[in-house]
Amino acid sequence: MATSAFLTDTTLCIGCKACEVACKEYNQVPADGFAWSGKSYDNTMHLGHSTWRHVAFVEMEPRIGIGGNSGEQISWQFLSDVCKHCEHAGCLEACPTGSIMRTEFGTVYVQPDICNGCGYCIVGCPFGVIDRRPDDGRAFKCTFCYDRQRAGSMPACAQACPTQSILFGDLEELRAKADGRIEDLHARGVKDAVIYDPRDTSVGGIHAMFIVRGDPEAYNLPARPEVPTVYLRDGWRSAAAAAALAVVATALAFRRSR
Amino acid sequence: MSSTYYDVPLLKPPVWTWEVPAYFFIGGAAGGAAVIGAIAQWTGANGNLARDARWIAAAGAPVSAALLTADLGRPERFINMLRVFKPQSAMSVGSWTLSAFSASTAAALVPISAISTTAVPFSAVLGCGMLTYTGVLIGATAIPVWNAHVRTLPIHFAASGMASAAALLTVMGHDDPAINRIALGAAAVETLMGASIESNRAPVSEPLRAGLSGLVVRTGGVLSGPVPLLLRGLSRSRRARQAASIAALAGSLLTRIGWVLAGRASARGESESHARRQDD
Repeated sequence: MATSAFLTDTTLCIGCKACEVACKEYNQVPADGFAWSGKSYDNTMHLGHSTWRHVAFVEMEPRIGIGGNSGEQISWQFLSDVCKHCEHAGCLEACPTGSIMRTEFGTVYVQPDICNGCGYCIVGCPFGVIDRRPDDGRAFKCTFCYDRQRAGSMPACAQACPTQSILFGDLEELRAKADGRIEDLHARGVKDAVIYDPRDTSVGGIHAMFIVRGDPEAYNLPARPEVPTVYLRDGWRSAAAAAALAVVATALAFRRSR
Repeated sequence: MSSTYYDVPLLKPPVWTWEVPAYFFIGGAAGGAAVIGAIAQWTGANGNLARDARWIAAAGAPVSAALLTADLGRPERFINMLRVFKPQSAMSVGSWTLSAFSASTAAALVPISAISTTAVPFSAVLGCGMLTYTGVLIGATAIPVWNAHVRTLPIHFAASGMASAAALLTVMGHDDPAINRIALGAAAVETLMGASIESNRAPVSEPLRAGLSGLVVRTGGVLSGPVPLLLRGLSRSRRARQAASIAALAGSLLTRIGWVLAGRASARGESESHARRQDD
């Protein structure tokens, strides 16, 4: 079976939040508060247990003399952020119950009937995506519309997107499409367009790629995400040394007392 | 050009409440007590000491399990922890270690010598796991201040666990020279750990020195390291050793609380982009 992926293109996004609404409606995600952040048109601010698509509004300082969205000048970018469905997923590796699993579509899914709310996936995610819902006790994140994919339809967000800023398809096909889109954008003068897909990190690439303009960190996309299992070798080595030290020191302490 | 998104932290802070650092403290002390109990028995030292150490281990295990269960979002599903074994998840390894540790420390108290003598070595090996795995648990995460210290955390937490086990035995009246030596050794390691934290000026380690988390880590460090080291090293009186033990116990608990608080502060303030901006 082909590996599913998203390609979310900020250069096509109009910031309508239809993806957020479609996701909430289809997946029956609870309300995530009704608060005005004062940060552009963004009132959810980040992904979370009850925000599985999040449209970021990145405002750049307009320069006098150059019009709004000309090729040389960024004025306002919209990015529909989502769980990255990592190739090496920190949440999945951390999950002690096996609740978080890799589906047949290559996506990362939390089985709600198994999760016991230990919270370890939250500190395992290098993108700050998954979180525990306080009134429910379990961890939630984007399901990549696992049920819809099984029924042969596309995820609700991609279906609802009116500008095809959110593309859904096969991972390799979308990677090729992203390369083509970047070439096209560069040719049209949008020289700062880049693909965000950290394949050279321990995360090993993501199944929800992005095309952004400028520095990905301005969209809260980390430059070097690391899957925390990379720290295990050092940690266990140190643990073995500490255990050996404790046993030897204790044995010596008792030996000398006789 | 801005390199952060309205200074919104990239990472989610740990959701763990007081039960988790309390577990780190009690689980560490129980693990240390199991190691001391087994070695005291093998070396033929004071039999009462070995027995009391095994009791501390056996009592600490169910308290640990209760604390961890209480911290779950769905406590009634605690048994799902034993649904799979995943070596790549320190939480899974820890859940199995705690379960086996509980069984072995309880079996070590069974008044049938065939059972108890078989259980004691298991309780000691698993006690080593209890002493150290919590350091790996928080070290192998995306939280910057934790993963930056993944090499030292298991040693730091093991010393803290050994110190509290020795302190508990001292408080229970075991004024044994071997226990004094263990406590001195653990306090020496904790003093070195404190010095290495204080001398680490990397921005990622700031939550260990600044703010509420810094205050708790520092207080815990002083009570775990120099205070018991000086009290036990300079004074020959029993009262000094008792005071050193109280300080070490408080220091161990504060150290665990401090590290969890530092993790929260690290996730809130030290997003990757934030840390980089401070470097610029």
